[in-house]
Amino acid sequence: MKRWLLALTMLLAAPLWAAEAVPVGEDPAIEQRMVNLSTDLRCLVCQNETLAGSHAELAEDLRREIRQQMKQGKSDSEVIQYLTDRYGDFVLYKPPFRSYTLLLWFGPFIFLLGGAAVWYFTLKKRRAMKPANQAGSEALKQAVDLLEKRN
Amino acid sequence: MKRWIPLLIFVALAGFLYVGLHRDPREVPSPFIGKPAPAFTLPVVGQPGKTFSPSDYKGKVWLLNVWAPWCVSCRQEHPVLMQLAQAGIVPIVGLNWKDKDREAEALLARLGSPYTAVADDVGGQTGINYGVTGTPETYVIDKKGIIRMKHIGIINEEAWQTKFVPLLKELNQ
Repeated sequence: MKRWLLALTMLLAAPLWAAEAVPVGEDPAIEQRMVNLSTDLRCLVCQNETLAGSHAELAEDLRREIRQQMKQGKSDSEVIQYLTDRYGDFVLYKPPFRSYTLLLWFGPFIFLLGGAAVWYFTLKKRRAMKPANQAGSEALKQAVDLLEKRN
Repeated sequence: MKRWIPLLIFVALAGFLYVGLHRDPREVPSPFIGKPAPAFTLPVVGQPGKTFSPSDYKGKVWLLNVWAPWCVSCRQEHPVLMQLAQAGIVPIVGLNWKDKDREAEALLARLGSPYTAVADDVGGQTGINYGVTGTPETYVIDKKGIIRMKHIGIINEEAWQTKFVPLLKELNQ
C-alpha cells in the first residue's frame, strides 16, 4: 500500500521534473548575469522587492534595459552606474561607503563598544563587591560546623 | 540620574520612530537635483511632425510633469494643473509616459490640456533617464536647464504653496 502511495505521489509531482521555460532568443549567460545583478537591486515601485523578483512594470522595463546593456558588452559596474545615475543609491540594497553612510556602517560597532563598556564596568563593580562576601567567611565556617554537628 | 537612563533611551527611540512614521518612503531623493535635465527629443502629442526637447525652453523656468492617461492619481492632479495653467504662472510641459494605448490626445481634448506641449514617451526610455519611478512626478527646471526640484506624487494646494511657489519666485528673479 505504502509503495503504491509513494508511486502515486511521485506521479502527481510530474510537473516538478519539467525545467523552467527559457525565453526564446535569450542568452542564458546574460540572463543569469541579469538575475544575479538584479537580486541586489531594489525595485523602485515595490520598494521591499528586488528588481529580479518584482512584477512591477518599471521593474520589467529596467530588467530589459539591464539585459540590453549586458548584450552591448557593458560590465556589471557600468550597469549599476547607469541605474544609480538615475535612481540614486536607493536602488542598491547594499549601501555604498560614503560620508553620510558612515553611521550606518559603524553604528553596530558603536553599539558593540557601548555594550562592552557596560559589561566591563559591571564586572569591575562586581569584583569590588567580592571582599564584602569574603568578610563573611568566618561566619560561613561556623555555619558549616553547626550543620555538620547536627548531622 | 541612573534610573532615568532607560527612560531617556525610550524617549530617543520613540522620537526616531515618530519621525519615521511621517516620512514618505516614495520620496526617494533624486540624484538629478542640481544637474542638467537629460536631453531628449520626442514627438509632440496631437501635433504630428513637431518635436519637443528641453533645450527649446532654455531661458525659461518650467515644469516637466510626468503623467499618463492610465494613471489614476494624474487624473486627480489634472484640475490643479489646469488652474495653474490658467493662472499662467509657469509653463507646464507634459511627458506622456508609456501611453501604449495611445489615449493621451483624446483624453486631453476631452478634459482640456494644462500643458504648453506634451512630449510622447511611449517606450518609457525618457522617463527612465529622468529616474521616474511612478506617475505623477514633476520636475522644476530653471533657465539654464538645471533640475532644481523633483516632486513625487500629486501636486496639491499645500505642496504648491510650500514647495513650488518659493522656488519659482527665487528662480524667476
